Amino acid sequence: MSQNRREFLKTIAAIGASTAAISSVTPKKTIAKTEPFLSEDRKGVLVDTTVCIGCRKCEWACKGAHGFEQGDFENYQNDEILNVQRRPSTNNLTVVNKYIDEGTRTVKMQCMHCEHPACVSACIVGAISKKENGSVVWDTDMCIGCRYCMVACPFQIPAFEYYKALDPKIVKCDFCIERTSEGKLPACVNICPVEALTYGTRNELIDEAKRRIKNHPDKYFDHVFGEYEVGGTSWLYLADKNLAGNVFPKLGNNTAPGVSESIQHGIFAYFVPPIAVYALLGGIMWLTKEKETKKENK
Amino acid sequence: MAHLHIPTPISKKYFTPGVIILALIAVNGLIFLAGRFLFGIGSVTNLNDQYPWGIWIGLDVAAGVALAAGGFTTAALGHIMHRDKYETIIRPALLTAMLGYTFVAMGVFVDIGRWYYIWHPLVMWNGNSALFEVGICVMMYLTVLYIEFLPMVTERFMGKVNLPGFLSRFNKIVDSILHSLDRGLSKTMFIFIIAGVVLSCLHQSSLGTLMIIAGPKMHPLWQTPILPLLFLLSAFSVGFPMVIMESLTASRSFGLKPELDVLSSLSKFVAPLLGIYLIGKLGDMVIRETFVYLTEFNLVSILFGVEVIIGVIVPLRMFLAPAVRKSPTGLYIASMLVIFGVLMNRFNNFVTAYSPPYAVESYFPSIGEISVTLGFVALEILFYRLFVKIFPVISIPSDKAHIKTKYAIRGAVK
Ligand code: SF4
Ligand code: SF4
Ligand code: SF4
Repeated sequence: MSQNRREFLKTIAAIGASTAAISSVTPKKTIAKTEPFLSEDRKGVLVDTTVCIGCRKCEWACKGAHGFEQGDFENYQNDEILNVQRRPSTNNLTVVNKYIDEGTRTVKMQCMHCEHPACVSACIVGAISKKENGSVVWDTDMCIGCRYCMVACPFQIPAFEYYKALDPKIVKCDFCIERTSEGKLPACVNICPVEALTYGTRNELIDEAKRRIKNHPDKYFDHVFGEYEVGGTSWLYLADKNLAGNVFPKLGNNTAPGVSESIQHGIFAYFVPPIAVYALLGGIMWLTKEKETKKENK
Repeated sequence: MAHLHIPTPISKKYFTPGVIILALIAVNGLIFLAGRFLFGIGSVTNLNDQYPWGIWIGLDVAAGVALAAGGFTTAALGHIMHRDKYETIIRPALLTAMLGYTFVAMGVFVDIGRWYYIWHPLVMWNGNSALFEVGICVMMYLTVLYIEFLPMVTERFMGKVNLPGFLSRFNKIVDSILHSLDRGLSKTMFIFIIAGVVLSCLHQSSLGTLMIIAGPKMHPLWQTPILPLLFLLSAFSVGFPMVIMESLTASRSFGLKPELDVLSSLSKFVAPLLGIYLIGKLGDMVIRETFVYLTEFNLVSILFGVEVIIGVIVPLRMFLAPAVRKSPTGLYIASMLVIFGVLMNRFNNFVTAYSPPYAVESYFPSIGEISVTLGFVALEILFYRLFVKIFPVISIPSDKAHIKTKYAIRGAVK
């Protein structure tokens, strides 16, 4: 009996030690992931919706740059489509919608390339990553198609190929990462005829946005959407009206994955809680057994 | 002691009209599943870019995990706290947990778009992801459950190995393998028992963390940072009612006398556990002042009310009454209500509460989704019936002189 008990304790201790050993390696990796490397001159785009004329050239160019059926540009000058509230989808990474209330504005939408992306934090296998230049991109070789990134994204951006039996993809704007790595502008920025889209370093874009607000306080609503929302986004918006709660959902300034990650790391803080529970249960198991044996021996 | 209860394979015949109906439901589900694998998830579900998750995640996976909580709660009670009285219910609870988690894994398998990459989380880690933690824990726990079930397999076949035809020459070898396996298991089983409980606590709560990242997309009645705690507490409270419900159902369907004294004393744990859960749930509501949403009378507030009143408060009151705890019907109804409450809670968290910012329509499960979910439940029951016929799971009274199996899963600390 005592022999068994000693063995029991030994095994428990061994498990504790090995888990501790694992934990000393793992968290570092995890912590590194929590703080994505945000380079000082990461890029962004400033969308000035007061300039946008709703020509949808950006949609057309985007399709071309990503290998989708583009069609004739003539078909894009169609007010009916503008008035339908569309969302980015599996064959359209960006859409321009028209909003009418106290004036009219056309707004181009796509993935915001968040500074602390919920999709990156959520992805079960780490298939989505925030790159040094600010773009948030998806890796087809890793994704398992669980769609948790879609659940997580506060802007409801990632789309999924529901009608493909094999290799369905998560589809979203990739900030033209191929073009920008060759030194070219993103396709939409490149084609925009009125310079409603400005590509540049995120910090400079924020300065530029504030300059425009200051110079034309009558023209702009005094807020750069995306400067702080969900911890900041690479795409920034200027408008004549508050876009939050209208064009975009009302979102706080806390990073989207913040609460979830701190709970997650709380439960697993260096594996201490699980090991503690293990030890506690082991202890109870041993003690109650002890009592039981004594009872039986009497 | 008049009778000794000994786990024995049930000898009743397999097919009954009920079983045939279940088989039809299962086949119907499998047909829709074939559609999913041939033409994609969209062809059989109502899921879309607005609603990426439906009842396959909300019910098959989230509720499935919660309702399989009988496995770890009875293991904790019987093996860790050594309440030997409950040993007869541990094996059935373990079998349900094993089948339950198997079908949870199946649910994940059919829901993910790239099912052939289901092993990716094993090698590609994202420690920030609640889903990763759920996935890894469920995989490990499933393995632990299979290991915990092994003693029933060895017990069934030890000394009775009788392979057909020319294979019979291996009888001896297989038998000795079984014997050494059995011995090895006896020595190490306590490791798996504790690990099973720890893993369960971890992923039961992490399932609650899952929806937190959805932030404002989730209705404030359910969205709270203590979701993991609420999920864990509700899992604790639904474990025993599940065991009671199954035990009563099994006795009825196999024509056995229900083990009322064991079930009655087990039911004493339910009210306190439900009470703690209710305090957590209501306390959270008061602190975050979400009760204001209950003044609006709409589908969301009705579903919340149904979940809390019918699924928690009513059964809590019932389990407090000794008369209910002593009657099989009372126990059955009260247990069913708790199960219903947790089912509703998971459904509400994953489906009702989820409203994306740009939704143009709302989600309701398709015929295909419902068929597959029902099909999985039917298959699970069919497997349960099969397993209790093959393996010594259910304890029945026996007057034969028989060495008492001290541990339902043998090999706990001696
Ligand atoms: S907008 Fe959505 S998809 Fe794009 S980076 Fe942010 S969380 Fe990810
Ligand atoms: S669907 Fe793919 S990219 Fe999205 S969370 Fe799942 S594995 Fe990651
Ligand atoms: S191309 Fe420029 S002006 Fe035309 S819709 Fe796009 S953002 Fe607006």
